[in-house]
This record gives sequence, C-alpha cells and structure tokens, in this order.
Amino acid sequence: MNRKTIIPIGPYHPLLEEPEFFELEVEGEKVIDIDVHIGYNHRSIEKIAESKTFDQMVFLVERICGICSTSHPIANCNAVEDLVGIEIPERARYIRSIVGELERIHSHLLWAGLAGHFIGYNTLWMWVWKYREPILEIFEAVTGNRNHYAMMIPGGVRRDIKEEDIPVVLKGMDEAERKIEMVTKAVLDDPVLAARLKGVGVLSREDAINYCAVGPTARASGIPIDVRRDEPYAAYGLVNWEIIIREEGDVFAKVVVRLLECFESIKIIRQCLKRLRTVKGEIAAKVKEIPPGEGIGRHEAPRGEVFHYVKSDGSNRPVRLKVRAPTYVNLPTCKATVPGESIADAAIILAAIDPCYCCTERIVTINKRTGKRELNGQDLLRLSRKKTEKICKNMGKRNV
Amino acid sequence: MNKLWALKKSIWVYHVCSGSCNNCDIEILDCLTPKFDLERFGILLVGSVRHADVILATGSITRKALPRIKRVYEQMPKPKLVIAVGGCACSGGIFKNGYNIVGPYDKIIPVTAYIPGCPPKPEAIIDGVVKVINSL
Ligand code: SF4
Repeated sequence: MNRKTIIPIGPYHPLLEEPEFFELEVEGEKVIDIDVHIGYNHRSIEKIAESKTFDQMVFLVERICGICSTSHPIANCNAVEDLVGIEIPERARYIRSIVGELERIHSHLLWAGLAGHFIGYNTLWMWVWKYREPILEIFEAVTGNRNHYAMMIPGGVRRDIKEEDIPVVLKGMDEAERKIEMVTKAVLDDPVLAARLKGVGVLSREDAINYCAVGPTARASGIPIDVRRDEPYAAYGLVNWEIIIREEGDVFAKVVVRLLECFESIKIIRQCLKRLRTVKGEIAAKVKEIPPGEGIGRHEAPRGEVFHYVKSDGSNRPVRLKVRAPTYVNLPTCKATVPGESIADAAIILAAIDPCYCCTERIVTINKRTGKRELNGQDLLRLSRKKTEKICKNMGKRNV
Repeated sequence: MNKLWALKKSIWVYHVCSGSCNNCDIEILDCLTPKFDLERFGILLVGSVRHADVILATGSITRKALPRIKRVYEQMPKPKLVIAVGGCACSGGIFKNGYNIVGPYDKIIPVTAYIPGCPPKPEAIIDGVVKVINSL
C-alpha cells in the first residue's frame, strides 16, 4: 500500500513576500521529499526594464521586492556604473552603505518576527515588529519614504543626508541597539526556542557549498562569504566590520547570525555617519552617455547576494537586464534540510532561509491512498504551534 | 440605514496578493502590529476569505493568479467589499505593461475603494478602511 502523502504548500501567499509553491511528500509525520515550484509572482520585470531608460530602471528594480527595496537598486547601479566605467563620489558611497545597512536591520527584524509567528510565538512577532518601526521612521526622515526609498541613481545617490539628520539617525541607532540586544538575549536564553530550533533543519557545510547557498544561510553553515567583503563596493571597504559565522547550520544558527548581523550593521552605520561629517562634496557623478557593452553589479542583500547584469547597445535604454535574487539559490537547499524532519518543523525550516515564503495559508494535503485529505496552511501552523506548546509543557513553562 | 450596518462594529479583512512587490502587504501587516494596532477598532485579519467582510487586495494580477482571485471573490460572503491597496492594485502601477499582467483589480472584480500610494502608509490604509466603514 502506498502510504505516501503529498502536501502542497502555496502557491501564493496571503501573508507576505512572493508566492511560491512547495510540495512535501510525507510518510506519517516525516517528510521524505520536497519539491519547489516557482514563478507565481512573475511580473515580467526583466522585459518591462527594456522599455525603461537607465534612470527609470532603478525605480523598476526597486519594486522587485518590498523588503530588499534598496538591494536591487544598488546592484543595478553597480552594474550600470560597471558598464559606463565611472567611480561614484565618496560621499555617495557612505550614503549608499547607510541605506543598505538600515535596510538589513529592518529586514532581519522583520524575519525574526515572522519566524516567531511561525512557531507560535506571537509575542516575539509583535515585540520585534514594534522595534522595527523606529527604523522605518528613520528611513522616512532621511529618504522621505518608509519603504521604496528611491535613493539610488547610476553615478551616486539622489538625496543627501543632511547634517541635521545625522543626530536623528545616531539616536535611532542607540535605541535600536539597546532593543535588539534585549531581543537577542531573550532569544538566546529561551529554553523553548532552543529546544524547538536547535538541531532542526541542519544544512551541512558541504551541502551549502553544493547548493551554492549565499547570505546568512551559507554563513550559518560556516561558509564565510559576503560580497561586502569579497568584492567591496560602496563604503564597505572603508569601514571596520566583521562577518558573522556560525558552524552549526541549523535554524537556531540562522537566527543567531541574523540577529548578530544587526549589530554589525549598526557599527557600519555609525562609522559612515561619522565620516559623512567630514567628507563633503558631490553626491552623484554625472553619467553623460552609456556606451554599448555589458556590466555586472552585485550587492549583499539581507538574504544574500543579488546579481544584476545589464547590456546596452548605446541607446538610453538597456537591451537586456538579468536579475538573480538570493532566494533563487537558497531555496533548493530545502532539498537537503527538510527531508527527514517532521511536518511540524517544515514550516520553520523553510522560513529559516528567509525566502519569499509565508504561503502556508493555501496548503492542501492530498493523500495518495485515499485520494483526499485536507490539511491547509492553518493546520501546518497549528501543528508547528502545538509542538512548541508541547515542549513548553514538558518544561513546565507556560506558552506565551 | 441599510442592512450593512452590521458590518460597522467589527469588520474582518482578508488579504489577497498577486503580483505585488509585497511592500503593500508588509504595510498591511504593519497595521496589525503594536504601533498602529488595528485590532483595537475590531478590525481583524482572518485566514480564510469565507470569514471575511472585506478583501484588501494588493498587486497587479498575474496571469497565473487570475483564476485564484476569481475563486476567492466567489467564496466571499455577501456583501462583497473589496479595497484595492497600492498603486499596483488601483491601476497596475509600474508593472502595468508587463506581458504577464492582466490586472488591475477593477477589470476583474468590483472594487469598493482605492487606496493609492507606493506603498500607502499604514495611516492611509487605516483611513481608507475607516472611510469605507463610514460610508456603509
Ligand atoms: S503599489 Fe508599490 S509598494 Fe505596493 S505592491 Fe505595487 S510596487 Fe509594491
């Protein structure tokens, strides 16, 4: 008798991020295989880009993702600058790094909250998102918008960070540091979280290399890769900071890497702001003409390396734009991490690579044996929460 | 006074997204978190459209999503209120001319209200929902 069950997760998500579609093959409680389908949120951006000018293209790629909404513009500008062969002014370098790092903080916090939500720790969700709000306020003060900052332009940045804004950002950073420290301590000390996340969904170093994982997913498996250090752009070569690495490769390690990275980001922002006080001058170099040719640009987005390729024929519009987002390479690692784990853990393991996940609401289970068996996203979340509750009970702790 | 008055006290919203950049979606979630805290007005985000009074729709509909959007709308109990959140949902936004885009929403399903912005601020979203409630 065939006792296998297929659980499709997806395709599109009601909660957050891009739609994706997972198919879990389960036997009893255990996941034995997983398959990923993508393309549900295909908006034909690369094609639309061909109808935009180089300046307009930046705003278009900004709208690829609402969470890394400055990563794509930075990578895109890097690509165009590579094509033209210009250097951006020093002041613009610092501003780029500041915006990029602020975004990393808000993105990591957003993820930590959602991870909490997935395992039934809604307190963590609300808590962390509350601390994320001040970061968005800084964004609003500095760039004029909470998301989609529209700061980048080929050759530099569009808006200067004014002298009077610097103390505002600095104060915000002090506050954020205190709060993130509190959250980090709470997360690290929590026995339930440790029981729930440690040793779950381990991605070994070899697998991470074989699947070409990038960003925090790779760094939590002990691979020190980071575009900011490997190929410095913007101001990353001019300031001191460290790469956070963990060896364990489990979900807990990914949480730790992300939370600790926030502190490095704060460090970078502080140094950049200090330099902004002394480094004066232009914020954008004039890009007069875009010659025919090709250019590539990379940026370390919160989720990993973003890669942009731009081809020009000498007109004011690109002939081709190619984008490779980090989730695209991180997603297949679930083939190595999910099989062998229980269904209740699948949600958090998939969420751990910080993909465009959250599609759990539309899960339907089909039992191959009976032909039908419904288990939807709510059920998966429920299973996940139940497990946390059970652990809490065993420890004699009340769940939050 | 019409029969929609029952909705005025506590409306439940369901969130549909298709072909958005998910920033609008995050702002909708943001409305629920402590700073804005929609729940104090009795507005609750629910997991199934069968429980919902209002659909908050984001994104410019993609070809693959089209049948799903139609189905979601059919499953919704009457009266069916739809609020388009964000430039994409109102007009197709920056993705309007894409080959995979069939939206915006009002081409597919009746839309009650539009909240423009890219993304609209949480205040704007709350304001939009409140205006819809008041107009009932
Ligand atoms: S309106 Fe703007 S923020 Fe909202 S989904 Fe569309 S592109 Fe994203």
